[in-house]
Amino acid sequence: MAKNDIGSKRSPRRNPAAKLEEVMTGTTVFGIPFPKDLNALKNMSPIVIKHPYYVEYVHSYGQDSPFFAGLANKKLLGTTCGRCKYTYATPRMHCTKCGKETKWVELPQEGRVHTFTTCYFGSEEFLKETPFHLVLVEFDGVDTLMLARLIGVEGPGDIEIGMKIRAKFRRNSQLKPTDVYFVPAG
Amino acid sequence: MRPVYMVSGGVSKFEKARPDATFQKMVKEAFDYTMGDVPKLKPDMIDGSVGSYFSDHFTRQLMAGIMATDYLGLCPKPNKRVEGGGATGGLCFQAGWEAVASGRMDVCLAFGFETMSHVQTWKGNEFIALASDVNFDYPVGGFYSGYYAMMVNRHMHEFGTTVEQLAMVSVKNHMNAYNNPYAQKRKRLTIQDVRNSTMVAYPLTLLDICVMSDGAAACVLASEEMAFKLTDKPVRITGVGTGTDMMRMADRPHGDVILAPNEKKSDYKNLKYPGVHSFRAGRSAGLQAYKMAGITDPIREIDFVELHDAYTSSEIQTYEDLALCKYGEGGRFVEEGHPFMPQIDYGLKLKTKGTIPVNPSGGLIACGHPVGATGLMQAVFAFWQIQGTIKKHYGSPELQLKKANRGLIHSHAGTGTYVTVSILERGW
Ligand SMILES: [Zn+2]
Repeated sequence: MAKNDIGSKRSPRRNPAAKLEEVMTGTTVFGIPFPKDLNALKNMSPIVIKHPYYVEYVHSYGQDSPFFAGLANKKLLGTTCGRCKYTYATPRMHCTKCGKETKWVELPQEGRVHTFTTCYFGSEEFLKETPFHLVLVEFDGVDTLMLARLIGVEGPGDIEIGMKIRAKFRRNSQLKPTDVYFVPAG
Repeated sequence: MRPVYMVSGGVSKFEKARPDATFQKMVKEAFDYTMGDVPKLKPDMIDGSVGSYFSDHFTRQLMAGIMATDYLGLCPKPNKRVEGGGATGGLCFQAGWEAVASGRMDVCLAFGFETMSHVQTWKGNEFIALASDVNFDYPVGGFYSGYYAMMVNRHMHEFGTTVEQLAMVSVKNHMNAYNNPYAQKRKRLTIQDVRNSTMVAYPLTLLDICVMSDGAAACVLASEEMAFKLTDKPVRITGVGTGTDMMRMADRPHGDVILAPNEKKSDYKNLKYPGVHSFRAGRSAGLQAYKMAGITDPIREIDFVELHDAYTSSEIQTYEDLALCKYGEGGRFVEEGHPFMPQIDYGLKLKTKGTIPVNPSGGLIACGHPVGATGLMQAVFAFWQIQGTIKKHYGSPELQLKKANRGLIHSHAGTGTYVTVSILERGW
């Protein structure tokens, strides 16, 4: 994208609106000023404090756990409803169409880009990974899609709807849906 | 069910940050404005309230609804919190309607707020992305702008929608907001400004996306008898609809279009629906509301629309869901000028203007999106538009539509998971 093309011949780019990113570091204030006249209190600036918040959950994948065990073993699992003949690329243990329990099936490891984007920003957790590419993957014979990362491309100009992509797996599984990712099919 | 009317509304100005006020105080500002606009309404005439805010993470306070209720002095009357992502405000408005329609209350206050400035922008994006499946979607790169970018890329692929058409939505809504003192961003922009703005998630730039805000809004809803006692110009809520869809957009079906009364099956021979390019929940909500209000030809029978333009792309997708045009024609609909205000100069060459003004207030893109307040803000702006009181409330008449007898408000959550549509009409 244009934002990265730092060439020698371009005209100077100067941005009067340039601004440092705000950070959450700062000093704790002691000795808050206080007026003698209580009527002046309504003119006081608001006090803003920093409040950290950290939680470790014991989070169960429940009935979807086999999907993650599959990724750790380089298998991509979906589920299928025998009654509706409907296959889910992102697994669900009960069919949304008829309510019947589905069964686990192995999905093909090659699919196509149904749609895509390149994220230049992201949630705080993923900001350091930007830019990254998201794709919804479609598989032959499978009725729904799957969200994944695509690597091996530089920008949105390298990605096309319909292009063939292939699943790859992290050797050291993190038991996250990102244990599988896609690359352009060779 | 009995008829329900809106008799008053108020909005705190939406701002990037309101460190001077807690959420209770912001709700109080909107509430006081609402009460001030119908002097005959006294607090003891309010039978109860419904409150809305989207995120416990932003608020860092559970049961914040009761804290706003007690600040307003409405205890020990009934109150509950209503929540459904981005559609929280719209759901709250409809919960107020239900309270009055059922006969449980004669006068019900619906209020909503959000305090999004309490974390930094990218943390805020993380909180919002937690409203996507945390097992399968969030960890892959949870970012709503990324989700909407994927949807619009498919829309562009399916229908030939262009980035310039998206940009026109941004130009329109920012320009409309220029005359709305409640709006957070009041800007004259060009298509090039929007395209040259920082790329956030291809093809959406910073100016294609709404911003986070602090703010509150309030509406008073009443039975017919109470409405005409309180005001000469009550606005009747003639239709409500709520649609839903699968949380993960990857799970959305690829089937047949749900047809609006003005559409035929042959209009959509090769279209797989909703896929990720359209919002089935929006279509469902719209059709329910149209049926209840007796609307069969929306573009001719509705005078204006306030819809949930969290993204320029979702405004275009929503024209189609609401059957203002056929699926696939949303890009052309804006390019031809149909959703622009007739009286405003946008600096664009448009074939036509004002067929059905969309987001005369400036929408979420320009007004801001303090989630729990947003759907109620739309109700307030639509209410003033129908009453013909824009000049009184905005301080200038530029945004008052000549014909505003019937308006539609639309509130939207997730990647189209909850959508509400309500129809408001001149009631006097
Ligand atoms: Zn089934």
